[in-house]
Amino acid sequence: MPSLKDLRGRINSVKSTRKITQAMKMVAAAKLRRAQAQAEAARPYAQRMEAILASLGAAVASSPDAPRMLVGTGADRVHLLVVVTADRGLAGPFNTQVGRLARARIRALEAEGKQVKLLTVGRKGATFLKREFASRFVGEVNFAGKKRVDFADAEAIALQVAGLLEEGGFDVCSLLYNRFRNVISQIPTEQRLIPTPLPEGAAAAEGPQALYEYEPAEDQILATLLPRNLAIQVYRAILESTAGEHGARMTAMDNATRNAGEMINRLTLNYNRTRQANITRELIEIISGAEAV
Amino acid sequence: MATFLLELVSPEKLLFSRPAEMVTIPAEEGEMGVLPGHAPMIVALRGGVIRVRENGAETEALFIAGGFAEVSPERVTILADEATPLASLSRAAVERRLAEAEAALQEAIAEPEAKRDAAYARVQAFRTAVSVAQAA
Repeated sequence: MPSLKDLRGRINSVKSTRKITQAMKMVAAAKLRRAQAQAEAARPYAQRMEAILASLGAAVASSPDAPRMLVGTGADRVHLLVVVTADRGLAGPFNTQVGRLARARIRALEAEGKQVKLLTVGRKGATFLKREFASRFVGEVNFAGKKRVDFADAEAIALQVAGLLEEGGFDVCSLLYNRFRNVISQIPTEQRLIPTPLPEGAAAAEGPQALYEYEPAEDQILATLLPRNLAIQVYRAILESTAGEHGARMTAMDNATRNAGEMINRLTLNYNRTRQANITRELIEIISGAEAV
Repeated sequence: MATFLLELVSPEKLLFSRPAEMVTIPAEEGEMGVLPGHAPMIVALRGGVIRVRENGAETEALFIAGGFAEVSPERVTILADEATPLASLSRAAVERRLAEAEAALQEAIAEPEAKRDAAYARVQAFRTAVSVAQAA
């Protein structure tokens, strides 16, 4: 049976834990709102880009000298996985979720006899995957200590991917990240980057409207548009993941706060019981002492 | 006067979405004025200034560092790499970025042509920026 002093100590420590988790929840909520606004603001650009790419890609994809970034190398041997996670933990299953998806993908691909390369964005994913797949790493990026991820950061990652492609470092590139659905649910998602998935039938449905003039020629525009599109996709994934991270942390901290509250109640009950038992025992001692006299 | 819907978006936000009478865009092969009913086009843009006319007067002027534009008879969508209104373009900031771009170009001299061209385009873009920032 713990003494009163022990119980008091435990109650106090749980109380201060609760204060911390509560503060973290508030911070996550504020950051979530900002991250969501940023993700929202990035959406129009990505949509317009997709529309242009669809009409342009359909025109060029069938030609034999279509750029590699659009159609890939034609082979399917080496896969590059870009895994986006958060830099910090304490966000429930957020980071593990993506890590697990990545691990499953790596195993599946290697079982098929394919080679896998890894590029991680975010510190947590890197530590998670390094344990098992350190030899597959071609690079890692993190934004620890940065307040806000901007487009230039995403562009740098895209450049790295493009550089690898140029050297013939991989055939297929996919992006693994947590898609933000709502505050309590983030869905680990795999999205193909290279070869660029073209929305099937979108260009065809537009029909004669899709007859654009190009200045300069299609292939030149495409040569600048594709790297840009790559950067945009990465940027979008990072923003979604950031929003998801704060959402997940908010939920996790909300749970932690509630659990701490329950624990305090239990401990307080225990404390009071012990206190009363002590008083009763002392009374009995006094009374029986008096009777003996 | 007839108008079309002008949209200006950068990766970080939607800057502009409203009807305009005319827009001048710095296409890669020369400045281009677009009026309503223009033939559908997709154009690459270099660094330069976008000028918007509404109600018979020039109402907006923004510097962009490059990008693309999609033109259709009733709509113009500009995808800018980054866009800053001329009024808030600081001379010191663009000069610093010009210096950075020039340094990058020096490094890119040994690189393949595509990279060198990209670096050169950046230098050009910021030279334009410096000249307009001066004028403003």
